[in-house]
Parts: sequence; C-alpha cells; structure tokens
Amino acid sequence: MSNKIILPGHGAFSSSRRRFVQGVAAGGALLGMSTGTAFGAVRDPRQGPKVLQGNRFELTYRPTPVNFTGAERTATAVNGSVPAPVLRLREGDTVTLRVNNMMAEDTSIHWHGLILPSSQDGVPHISDGFKGIKPGDSFTYSFPVIQNGTYWYHSHSGFQEQTGAYGAIVIDPKEPEPFTYDRDHVVVLSDWSDEDPYRIYAKLKKLSHYYNFRERTLDEQMAELKAKGFDDYMATRAMWNEMRMSDRDISDVTGYTYTFLMNGVTPADGWMGLFKRGEKVRLRIVNAAAMTFFDLRIPGLKMTVVAADGQYVEPVTVDEIRLGVAETYDVIVEPKADRAYSVFAQAIDRSGYARGTLTPDPRLTAEVPPMDSAPILGHMDMGMDMSGMGHAGHDMSGNTTASATMDHSGHDMSQMTSMDHSGHDMPEMSGMDHSGHDMSNMDGTTEMATAAMGSGHAGFGSDRPIVHASSEHGPHVDMRAEAPQYRLDDPGIGLRGNGRRVLTYADLVNLNPTPDPREPEREIDLHLTGNMSRYMWSMNGIKFDDADPLPLKYGERVRINLINDTMMNHPIHLHGMWSDLETGEPGRIPRKHTVIVQPGAKISYLVTADAMGGWAYHCHLLYHMPGMFRKVVVS
Amino acid sequence: MQNIKHTPAMLALLAAILPNGVQAAAEDDPLLAMVKIDQLEWRDVDEGDLYAWDAEGWIGRDLDKFWIKTEGENFEGDTESATGEFLYSRAVAPYWDLQAGWRHDFQPEPERDWAAVGFSGLAPYFFEVDAFLYAGGEDGNIAASLKAEYELLFTQRLILSPEIKLYAIKDEDPEVGLGSGLTDMEAGLRLRYEIRREFAPYIGVNWEKKFGDTADIARAEGEQTSDTQLVAGIRAWF
Repeated sequence: MSNKIILPGHGAFSSSRRRFVQGVAAGGALLGMSTGTAFGAVRDPRQGPKVLQGNRFELTYRPTPVNFTGAERTATAVNGSVPAPVLRLREGDTVTLRVNNMMAEDTSIHWHGLILPSSQDGVPHISDGFKGIKPGDSFTYSFPVIQNGTYWYHSHSGFQEQTGAYGAIVIDPKEPEPFTYDRDHVVVLSDWSDEDPYRIYAKLKKLSHYYNFRERTLDEQMAELKAKGFDDYMATRAMWNEMRMSDRDISDVTGYTYTFLMNGVTPADGWMGLFKRGEKVRLRIVNAAAMTFFDLRIPGLKMTVVAADGQYVEPVTVDEIRLGVAETYDVIVEPKADRAYSVFAQAIDRSGYARGTLTPDPRLTAEVPPMDSAPILGHMDMGMDMSGMGHAGHDMSGNTTASATMDHSGHDMSQMTSMDHSGHDMPEMSGMDHSGHDMSNMDGTTEMATAAMGSGHAGFGSDRPIVHASSEHGPHVDMRAEAPQYRLDDPGIGLRGNGRRVLTYADLVNLNPTPDPREPEREIDLHLTGNMSRYMWSMNGIKFDDADPLPLKYGERVRINLINDTMMNHPIHLHGMWSDLETGEPGRIPRKHTVIVQPGAKISYLVTADAMGGWAYHCHLLYHMPGMFRKVVVS
Repeated sequence: MQNIKHTPAMLALLAAILPNGVQAAAEDDPLLAMVKIDQLEWRDVDEGDLYAWDAEGWIGRDLDKFWIKTEGENFEGDTESATGEFLYSRAVAPYWDLQAGWRHDFQPEPERDWAAVGFSGLAPYFFEVDAFLYAGGEDGNIAASLKAEYELLFTQRLILSPEIKLYAIKDEDPEVGLGSGLTDMEAGLRLRYEIRREFAPYIGVNWEKKFGDTADIARAEGEQTSDTQLVAGIRAWF
C-alpha cells in the first residue's frame, strides 16, 4: 500500500517526502481522530499520525529516515512515525504496552501526565527499578488507567524527544463528559532540527546566543538614541549593559534550525483537519516540542478551553493560548462557515510557526496570518520591583510598529520609585493602541487581592519572603530575581496587550471541587537558576548531578513555590502527582502536570504526596533538563 | 616526573575529564572542546606580505577548562613573533574565568618563558576583556597585557568589532626589542560577515604603535614605530 497519494489541487504536498517511511498505514487508518471516513478512503499524510486503540500496544523504536527540510535525516521514530502514533485508551482499562528498542542506544517511554506507579513511569534511574531499555531489549509497561483526557508520551532518554520520540495519548472517559462535540482532532506541536541534538547542546555551551538572530542592531540603537536622547538612552540600557544580558533572548533554540511541525507536518505542507459545517470540533492540543513555546490561535474562531493538562476546567472562551513545552489544552471550536481556517501556532520568539488547516474540504485553503513582532524583555521579566511603575513593565512589542523605539521598560531602577510617566518622551508612540492593555490584570493587583483574601492559605499562594540561598551565588548563576511576583493573569512576554483575548493561568478554574482541600503542612522553595551565557541550568543553584533527592512524606499536602531567577520561561513538570495550581480559587484549584514559571516571576502549587517512590521533577525544556532537575522521593 | 600526578593541574584534569553520574536525561556537563581562530589575516605592509594570527582552543567542562592560546606574525615567510599560552581556566564569577599557566615566546629569539595569570571574561557593557600578568622572561621580569574587544551589529551577520591590545614590561629586554614600560599598542577595527556563526570573512584596519624605549630600539634598527595597515582575513570556530 502506498501513502504517496496526491489529492487533486494539492501541489504543495511533496510526494517525495518520506515522512513516514513505514507508512501512516494508508487505507486502514481512520480520518485522524475523526468519527467518519466520509472524505475518502485513502489517508492523506497531512492528516498526521495514525491512531492505535485498545488496551494492548506494541511500540517499536527504530531509527527511521525522515525528510522535513529537503535533507534526509534519521529520526527516533516509534512504529515508523513522527510523531509517534496516537494512543487511544479507555479510562478504567488496564493497559499493557510493550516497547521494543531496535536502536543502538538506550531508550524509554514516559507517559506524561498519567497517574501510575513509579515503576511504570519510565524515567531511567529515577522510576522505581527502571534502568531504561537496552538496545535489542523490550520492556512491558502495565498499569490501570484511572483518568481521562489528553496527555502524551515521550522518550526520557538522552535527547530523543528532539529527534521524534513523542506522541499523543487520548483517554476516553468512563462517565459522559461535561461538554459535547461531534469530532475531535489531536494537534501535536513540535520542533524538528536537522542538527544532531548533541551538537545543538554543544553549540549552546560554546556560544549561547548561537541561534538568536534577533539581537539589537546598531540601527535600532541609533533610532532609540535619537528618540530618547543620550542620557535617557543610557539609563534605559544601563541594566542590560551592566548585567550583560540581552533583552532579545527569548528562545535558546529558534527557527534558525527548527522546522515547526503540526502533527508531524511542516508549515509548507500544513496539517489538515477535516470537519463538517456546523460540527463542534474538539482539538486536543499537545506541545510536544523540545524547546519551543507556541502561541496558538485560529483566526476567525473562538476557542473554548474545556481542559488543561487533561483535567476539566470551567469552560473559558479565548482567542489565543500559549502552550509551554509539555502542556496540553483541549478546546472546542464551532466553525460555522463552509470555509477553511488556519490553525496557527507561532513560536514564542516569532522565529517561525507551525500551522495547519481546519477545513470542510481538502481542496480549500486558509490564509496564514503574519507573525507578531518579536517580543522584547522588560524589567518585570527580570523580576524587578515594578511598584509605582505603572505600565512600564508591559511588553509593547506585540504591537506592530518598530519595537526599538517602544521599549520604555528599561528605566534605571534606582530612579523609579517616584517616576512620572507623563515626562517621558514617546514620540513614536502616538499611534499606539493602548486599548488592549488591561491594567487591572497587573501583578500588583493580584498581590493586593491575594494579601487581602488570605495569602498563605491553600489556593492563594505563599506569603513567605523570597530568600536566595548561598548556593545561588557563584559563576553558575547569573541572576536572582529581587522581587518576583505572582503573575497568574499575565499572558506573558509577547502576548500582553495584543488585542486578543489570551488565556492566562488566572482563567483556569477546576470544573470540580478541589480534591484535597487541606492546608499545606509545609512549603518548599525551589529557585530556577542558571547562567545563560555558560548555558548551565540548576535549581537553587545546584544542578541535578550534585543535588540530594527532594523527600516528600507519603500523604502530606505540601506547597511548592517556584521562583524564576532567570529571564526565560521554564515549564516545570512534576511526575506522578498533580500540581494543584494556586490561582486564588481555593474551592476549585486547577490541576496541572506542567506549570510555566514566567521570567522573573514566582508561582505556587500544592501537591498531595499520594504516590510512593521515585519521581522526576524538572524543567521540560530539553536542553535545560539535564541540570534543572530533581529526583523527588515519596516515602 | 613521578610526582606530576599529584599536582593540582593533574587533579583538575582528572576532574574535568572523568564522566559525570548516571543520567535521567542527557549528560548535563559533557566534556567539550572548541577551537577558535579569532584572526587569521593578511596585512598590507609596504615591503611585502605580513600574515598574523590570533587563535585559541579549549577542552573541558562548564567551569573548568584547559586553554591554549597563540598569536604571532609572519613576514615574508619568517615568523617574527609567536607566543603560546597553556592555561588552566576556572570560572570564578558568572562572566569571568581565572586563568593561570605557562606562556612561551617562540619568537623573537631568544625564547622566553613566563608564568601567566589573568582574567578572561565579559565586562559590563559587553566588553570582552583579557587582562594578564606575566612573571619570568629574562631575570624575573614582569609583563602585563590587556586586550578588549567590542561588537557592533549592523545586522545580525554584519558585525563591526573594535579591538585594542596593550603590552607593558617592567625591565627592558633589548634582545627581543623591548624597552621598559608601555611597549606597544594595537588598535583594530574589523568588519566581518558571518556566513555561518562559525565562519566569517572580514576586512579592516589595524593600527600599531611602539612607545618609549621600544620605539627607540625599533628606530635604531630602521623599523617603523607606527603603522596603519589594511587587513583581510577569516574568523572561524568549531
């Protein structure tokens, strides 16, 4: 059977691309995740990976040739497919998954977000008794499925996630769901590089801005100098110059090397999801990238978020969602028109995008929107005290005019307490649309509200002072946030004030009552630390190799405060137990498996230590993970 | 040679090269090596072709590395100056490495050996700085060098790099043409185009000036004490 079928009117799809060498089993596969096969019996590779259903699975890792860029490379493919097949499980089943390693290196599979015994969690040398799967060996995972929703799976060995070892998991619920839909599609976002990931890592260690081609140029500096005058310009740049940091440092690895994929399909080809007019379509969006945060939207459609990280939330309707690496969101869209829609996921640094099309007809195409301008970091993203600064911390770069003249976030902090914005010379800004700025959402407000409503109590976050340990000082740490704030209602760098309704963590309200309403018995502070230019990452200034395991007492309710002492977003993933995110809704605390900690911000969640054994706890950015990692032991 | 394995350098070498512990992901701090040819250039001088190089390489891990640095000039086939430095480098601050070791001057003859210690790193306002003290040479001499470099981006790939180098010596060493005090200064302005990050051809100007007794020695030998040259070369690393 051949999968090299070119549909009429689709010259864009290159038949020479051997994306799934062993085939996305052509005729036999269903139409994506969809319920019908009305659009034809032959599977178009633009529809993404195939689906495996049942309670017994055979998954085989094999080096597999792929071609995403015009050059053939070898992927770490599962069953010959990048992404790996979608696994469709049923809540209540006990599943058995045999994983065969037909590669020359060790491998593993971690079931991301699934609650299961430590021995089945698949992290070599961390999960109880698990040492990875040797070349030529197999490992059979078996565990009861006690939850439903959208999750994913990936290798936890080496840098195999970068080379294709990831796929979606869909768990159909035992009970009827609190919402209805007619069809669902999995949308797996990822970042492919033709480069060997070990070379990427080595390059970052040698020249950390290797992949950043958005550094401040002389032109921009001159324009800024002219607009501000010498004194103001120097004051603006002072902090960055003194700290030797770049306010353009958004992503470590960028579109310079990455081709962003949607369900394994390049932007040139575009993933295709079919619907019939009038249907309610559920999109199960998974960020399976190695290093890339995506901002996803579907121009012309509102998205109603119904689940975050597989867990039901109160429906909230938005235009755009930021997905940190490893996060998943389920949204429902209702395309009313008989037209195609672009599913557009731009990388956080705007160095590229993944895209696909939701369409009632494979022959229709949709306009691909332009990317937003690249974000520029401000003082708030450095964890500096913004009180009294009004909107100076706002990232204006979401607006489309020249960003260099708009960065008024860099004022000398020593002069800020009594700052008056009216005195600022902002000649370039007269045409700027401030209407998108929702000042009531500023972190200061959150802080005040929290303090008033019961800071320190379950659901409200910590009221402890921020303390930087002595281990945070030294050549391995280049920054410590002086006044990190809760920024739950901050959509984040590059999304602030863009005129669209962007999902924030403050929007996440558990559909169900908080499962464990106890007050935390104790708090653990973990500072996310690093030295960008040396490309070293750690927690509390201590890298994984040098760190003692983090002990939790079985049954305890503990609060973890994550403090981001870097200027990057870090998606932090705790294995085996839920991260109950404290958003100020004590009765309806949302549960997540991966939590974004924004640059210079803090965030708190509660954990019920109800899973015995060893668990991994780490930043899910692949090249941060080796250092920014802890073993958690529940006993 | 028996006790060499007990020297701090050897222990540091072992620490740098032995692999780290068991990993649940990739190795955090792998042993890496880098070779960087900062300048390899032809200089337009009146009497012929002058070639100059400034290169370095390291092997090690995040905080501990061994460095080799070399620079020199070759005029019409004769190597007129050539130095090599062999340094252990330890990160001591987020942007600074303390480096110490041995420097050997191969040319001009007679050859000189020095103990070297200095800092290499990034100063505020993004100045790349190398500041070194040397002890040795002839009869316990002391020398100092300072190198500072800056980068201005016309575009993401077209980069103008001003650079300045100063050298000073405590006691005169006329055999190698050096008077005491500030001996010479070099200031360069190079415009490179990064075809890739790793490879950039460049053009520029280099201005050299000798000072004080060093200038007198040069004059006595009929050499120029100051010269401005057009340069063209390549910058590469891997």
